[in-house]
Order: sequence, then C-alpha cells, then structure tokens
Amino acid sequence: MPSTRVPKIAATDITPERFFLNRRSFIAAAAGSLALGPPGASRAAALEASASKFTLDEALTPEKDATTYNNFYEFGTGKGDPAANSANFKPAPWTMKIDGLVGKPREFGLEELLAFPLEERIYRMRCVEAWSMVIPWVGFPLAALLDKVEPLGSAKYVAFETVVRPEEMPGQSGYFQPLEWPYREGLRLDEARHPLTILSVGLYGKTLPNQNGAPIRLVVPWKYGFKGIKSIVRISLTETPPPCTWNLAGPNEYGFYANVNPDVDHPRWSQATENRIGEGGFFGANRRDTLPFNGYAEEVASLYAGMDLRANF
Amino acid sequence: MPGFPSLPKRLHGPSIWALYILGFAPAIWAFYLGATGRLPGNPVKEFEHLLGIWALRYLIATLAITPIRDLIGVNWLRYRRALGLLAFYYVLMHFLTYTVLDQTLRLSAILVDIARRPFITIGMAALVLLIPLAVTSNNWSIRRLGQKWSHIHRLVYVIAAAGALHFAMAVKVVGPEQMLYLFLVAVLVAWRAVRRRFLRWRRERAGPVRSQPITNQ
Repeated sequence: MPSTRVPKIAATDITPERFFLNRRSFIAAAAGSLALGPPGASRAAALEASASKFTLDEALTPEKDATTYNNFYEFGTGKGDPAANSANFKPAPWTMKIDGLVGKPREFGLEELLAFPLEERIYRMRCVEAWSMVIPWVGFPLAALLDKVEPLGSAKYVAFETVVRPEEMPGQSGYFQPLEWPYREGLRLDEARHPLTILSVGLYGKTLPNQNGAPIRLVVPWKYGFKGIKSIVRISLTETPPPCTWNLAGPNEYGFYANVNPDVDHPRWSQATENRIGEGGFFGANRRDTLPFNGYAEEVASLYAGMDLRANF
Repeated sequence: MPGFPSLPKRLHGPSIWALYILGFAPAIWAFYLGATGRLPGNPVKEFEHLLGIWALRYLIATLAITPIRDLIGVNWLRYRRALGLLAFYYVLMHFLTYTVLDQTLRLSAILVDIARRPFITIGMAALVLLIPLAVTSNNWSIRRLGQKWSHIHRLVYVIAAAGALHFAMAVKVVGPEQMLYLFLVAVLVAWRAVRRRFLRWRRERAGPVRSQPITNQ
C-alpha cells in the first residue's frame, strides 16, 4: 500500500532549535501578514511546520494548479473564479466558534489556531468531479481542537459552517445563487477525531490563499473534496446528523459520507477513474484508477465495518 | 433593407470560406494551447467544454438565419450550410476529445457512459442525428431529395434542444449560462412553430400590395 510510510528523517530535515524558539514570533508574523498584507497575490506568509508520517510517493500537484483550479462557489462556479474573485476577502482578523454538545464552548482567534503544533501532511485530494491532486497541507489534527472543548458523551456528530460575507464573496450575492448559504458540512465524531482528519491553515509551506479556504479549512483525505469545508467560522457538536450543503442540493448525487469509492458511481459520471491535475497535459497518461477510500483504506476502512457502502455513499 | 449594405456578389463565395476559417479558429487555437501545455488546470476538460459550447453556438446561429431574414430582412442564407457544418464538426471534435483524450479510449467506460448517463445518451443521440444532416449538406442532395430534404433537416431543432439539455444536465448546478442556451433554443423552436402564421398575418396586414416576396426556403 503506498498510502503512508514513516520516512527516515535526515539530519538536514530536523528543524533547527532556533526555529522552535522563534515559533511564537513566527505565528504572530503569519497572522499579521494575513491581516495586513496587500490584497491579492502576495498575501501568503511562510508557515513553520514539522514533517509528519503522512506523506506520499507521488509527485506534488504544481502549486499554480492547486491555487488556480478550485471549487469554492462562494466566489463563483468556474474553476478559475475563486482565484480571480477572492482578492477582497479578508481572512484576518478571524474567529472560529465551537459550540453545541461540548463542556467548554468557546471562540478561537486566528493566532490561537496558528499556535497549534503544525504539521505538513501530503494528501491525495479527490474531487467528486473525478479529478485529483496531491497537496502538501499545513495543519493540525481536528482532534487536538476538539480535546480543548471537551465533547460531551451525547455528541455523535460534528457540524461545520463557512462564513457568509456577500460583500466579499461575489458568489453569495446577485440574482444567481448556486447553493444555499452558509455552506455546511458534517462528520461523524469518530471520523472527525481520526488522526487523518485535519484543520488546514496552509499549503506548500505558506498560509492558505483565499481561494483555498483561508484562513482555516477542513481536510478529510478519504472523502470527496466537497466535504473539505472552507473558511470555517463555526463548529458545533450535535447528537443527530447535521445537514450538509451538497447533500441537500442533490441527495441522490452527494451522500453524507461521501467516502471516495470507485465502485459507487455518481449518477452522472463514473468514479472508477480520475484525472490527475497538472500531469501530462493533453497527451500524458493522466487518467488513473481511483482507490477505495482514496488510498487510505488501511487507516479508515474499519470506521465503516459492517456498513453497506452503496447505501451509505 | 436600410442600414445593412449588402455584400457585393463576387465576395459571397470568399465570405463563406472566411466563415469556415474563422469558425475553426477557436478549436485550432485551444488545441494549440492544450497540446503545448498552455491550458491551465484540466486542459482536456477545458478543450472538451470549449468544443461543446461552440457547437451549441453554431447550432443556434444556424437556426437564427431564418428569423433574422423574417424579422430584420437580412438574408444570410448563404452562410447557413457553413454554420450547420461547423456545428457538426465541433460536435464530432467534442466527442473525439471525450473518447480519445478524456476517456483515453476505455471502450467499456465509454459504452457504460452512453448507456447509463442520460446527459451523455442525449448528447450521443444529437451527434448521431447530425450525421444524416451533414451528409446531405450539398446541392446534389438538395436536388435529389427535394421536399424530403427539408423534412430531414427539421431534425436540427431536435438536435439543438438535445444540445442545450445535454449542457444543462452535465453541470452540478444549472446557472445563467445553461439557462441562456436553453432560452435561446426555446425561442428559436417557438419561432419555427409560429413562423407561418406570423408571415401570413404580416402579408394580410400589408394588404394587396406585396412589398417583398417571402419565399419558404
């Protein structure tokens, strides 16, 4: 299985102590650059992250493709719209509220979120539209955040919400609204606590560009990309399955689980293969087989033991 | 026909060839960009979608020739065959891009798509229906088939409707662009339905003096 391996850490890869000592000032700089940077391209700031055991032997998608070929309907439905229309979005200051069935509901400011120990996770990203990428995310396990708010025993699900700012997100205003806002997503609590599930604050070693879900987004690598909700402002723990935007828009097309599954087709296209973005252009061999759970079956298949994955797609 | 200076007759032929050259330009340019790695993101899909949208545009342009003549009095009938054939070639290129570049000739996947996915079934039907129209788009066939020719070529209305539907059914959320093409095709089909009555009404209103002879093409 090529899904994960524990790399031997070369001496040159070990983060020098001075960077550790500088972490605090570094975080402040990163948060500051989100707030104060000029609008548009050069807002990204470098992020310090430690290597993790979650990596891949596959070539990274070129950063240009990962940051210009996006689905983020709050900025428009075209693939280039998020990069083209998100320059006026302000990812800082930012607060994310955690409430619902938790012992210690609270808000987290951006600096607190960036202060979690950050790791680089190289994950496959499989879109429900049958294309895929390999992206080096920077983030921290969602479980680390959930631990801080102490979920109650009655909590079974985690609900997420994207920010609503029609004045900064052109897809949320005007006559044509492709989806109902806020964009909402949800996970089962055990899925949310799985070590692979992260909240990402960056990619390619830098803070998240607006079009990729700045300043903080969800990444669940064994699920279709639409589960990876962007620009999160609220996380709620609930007892019942939370409503999810795409599931509401097309219940027979987008399931609550949305686990990557080559055997269960989308009604309008096959999910058996995928097109790897940024590889080969017109004539390269860029169509490849899709793997069950996007190649993470070894880690996550047990979460769904005994479940009918055709019915629970 | 005030406001529309007519093209000198000697330029009619060259203007049709110019239309073919201009008509193929979007496909040739996009193919060049894609083949040399200059199309960003998902180049195969970009190219596939570009060919599809231009096919739909040429179909609509083909259907617009008659209403333009009826309502504005400009006769562009000489361009209709070129526009119809451009639509056919673009649909064909759209299909070839899907089968060769996108599905890399995985025959079983392609057949399953055509059989099981309604929007692909509809698109495929439109391509098949276009073949007899393209084959009979020549003077010899028009002479040979007589009245039958115009009956066969009325299929273009079905094809345009199928094309607009195919486009709307292919996307995740039907947006303004899909609505626009559905609307244009609906208006053109509706015009076909009321055209004879409208022309008769206009003739009668004009009285016994026939200002301009309007022939049924």
